[in-house]
Amino acid sequence: MTNLVRHRLFWPTVVLVVLLVSNLIFSDNFFRITLQDGHLYGSLIDILRRSAPLVLVALGMTLVISTGGIDLSVGSVMAISGALACLLIGDLSNPDAVGPVLLVIGAAIALCLVFGLWNGFLVAVLGIQPIIATLILMVAGRGVAQLITDGQILNVHSAPYRVIGAGYFLGVPVSFLIAAVAVGLTVALTRRTALGLLLESVGGSPTASRLAGIRARRITIMVYVFAAAFAGVAGLIYSSDVSSADSNAAGNLIELNAILAVVLGGTALTGGRFSIAGSVLGAVIITTLDITAVSVGVPVETTLLFKAVVVIILCLAQSATFRAKVFGRFGSGSRSGSPRAEVAA
Amino acid sequence: MLRRLSIAVAGGLLLASAVAGCGDSSDSGSGDGGGGGDKITLGFSQVGAESGWRTANTKSIQESAQSSGIDLKFSDAQGKQENQIKAIRNFITQRVDVIAFSPVVESGWGTVLKEAKDAGIPVILTDRAIDDPDTSLYKTFIGSDFVEEGKKAGDWLVKEYEGKSDPVNIVELQGSPGAAPANDRKSGFADVIKNETKFKVVASQTGQFTRTDGKAVMETFLKSQPKIDVLYAHNDDMGLGAIEAIEAAGKKPGTDIKIITVDAVKDGMTALSEGKINFIVECSPLLGPQLMDLVKKAKAGETIPQRVLTEEGTFTPEQAKEALPSRKY
Repeated sequence: MTNLVRHRLFWPTVVLVVLLVSNLIFSDNFFRITLQDGHLYGSLIDILRRSAPLVLVALGMTLVISTGGIDLSVGSVMAISGALACLLIGDLSNPDAVGPVLLVIGAAIALCLVFGLWNGFLVAVLGIQPIIATLILMVAGRGVAQLITDGQILNVHSAPYRVIGAGYFLGVPVSFLIAAVAVGLTVALTRRTALGLLLESVGGSPTASRLAGIRARRITIMVYVFAAAFAGVAGLIYSSDVSSADSNAAGNLIELNAILAVVLGGTALTGGRFSIAGSVLGAVIITTLDITAVSVGVPVETTLLFKAVVVIILCLAQSATFRAKVFGRFGSGSRSGSPRAEVAA
Repeated sequence: MLRRLSIAVAGGLLLASAVAGCGDSSDSGSGDGGGGGDKITLGFSQVGAESGWRTANTKSIQESAQSSGIDLKFSDAQGKQENQIKAIRNFITQRVDVIAFSPVVESGWGTVLKEAKDAGIPVILTDRAIDDPDTSLYKTFIGSDFVEEGKKAGDWLVKEYEGKSDPVNIVELQGSPGAAPANDRKSGFADVIKNETKFKVVASQTGQFTRTDGKAVMETFLKSQPKIDVLYAHNDDMGLGAIEAIEAAGKKPGTDIKIITVDAVKDGMTALSEGKINFIVECSPLLGPQLMDLVKKAKAGETIPQRVLTEEGTFTPEQAKEALPSRKY
């Protein structure tokens, strides 16, 4: 029992369950999933579908943070990838042909890879602090996106492109499948190979890692490329969902939500140990929180306050020191600053 | 470390200014070299080019200046008040006949407008107001009345359900919290429908004026509200997002759920002409011709009202079909 409570993901899971159950009080068919025009339909499906972009961005952010870095530019990269894809699709002679649309998607992601390399180059080669290095692209990238769309909202009418964000495969949302594959690949790469160990070692101490023979620089560049690529895919999902590119709103402030998701999931901003499952859980909690605010009918003026209160409760619950101070005397001998259980995601 | 840091900052500034520089190109669209004789000179400072609405606004002012023979000195503030104040001071030094501007923010205009007043140059505010208590600082304010827009939306609804007594469940997609258009469109609408008890706003949430949030919030409304008859969205974009959510739920927008929006941009008008939206209240950026009229009157020293409303209409699907081919924005 104590082991369960000490598990790093125990409190986030509790909050998610409480959120879901409290929805049930306000709308009794919250858990109902039906078939609508051949695809799954229901609030839970909405949560899965709408979590996808944040899960992807948080995934990249987890890797970056595990090396002790941070990437503020993910929102701008999202805007750029959506803007470029919509611009190119608008120029296609037949936007409903699958081949050219796939090429466009490839081009958008390729551009994002270049931006990732740029971030990695600034951080790993020039040694600029990550928060400043990625701030450059955060500010300038939004401008690049606006330049691509000419400051307007670009609309596209392309059936294949729509599938990414609003489509279904065997009744399951495609955006959810994309996020699931990305999570699966990342878990396999970091937990089945030595990569995860190397990441944690670079995050723990870059110098010691280098002296131990790890190519820290290469690893650092790689995580920024990963983050940008995931952000690019998230941008495609975001813009495909409404078949348009809005360079002002796309990915706006998502970097903060992603960092929050990572932190909620129990990864420390100082680098080192990281939890992919935790970040995914964090992203799902944030999306559920958004949906709950609307479905419970929290007034617009207090929505942000509502979210803040839930996040604060979760953070306090996760703090071992806080738990020991408040519940210590009633608890079953749990010591303050108890060692956290080692978890493989 | 310090050196590295300064390199980074310099690099960032360089990049940012390169990007910003690209937006500058519209600056030089002014008249033909100082304008001889008794041609009226108008100095205009625009907010920036943040949206399609704003771009159409700029174009309207430039075109109507040209067609009414007014020499326009146009300056783009790129969303910054200090740029706008600088532009107004320049206009004063150049001794233009009239200054017009669309204020980036509401406050902090007292000093520079006093300078214009002392120089005897009349000032016209367009599209956005300022909150200075001294109304003698400007001649007039021309722009939309957002409360009126909300009322027009409500009026249509009252008429549409005239003579029926069944309860009408309304969901509302609000604009960004705290923004004047969001507050006013909400209160104008609420004022009109409160007289009849059958109208009930069952849910009202912000869609941040964006398509994505409009869709997301509508998706949740559709699941948490057992019955929705009418959707009122504070702009076209949120309405367009909501249409996608309604379609995904297997319902017909415009038929199963009636939709009212505000703005009348091209995409919204297209959906209206297809019957997916039932009614759009116009919020027009095309105030150029009216502005030029006021400029001439101000120059001639005629008295003009303190508040001038933009000429705006409303659209039904039939009217949208007619208006669509000539829609500029």
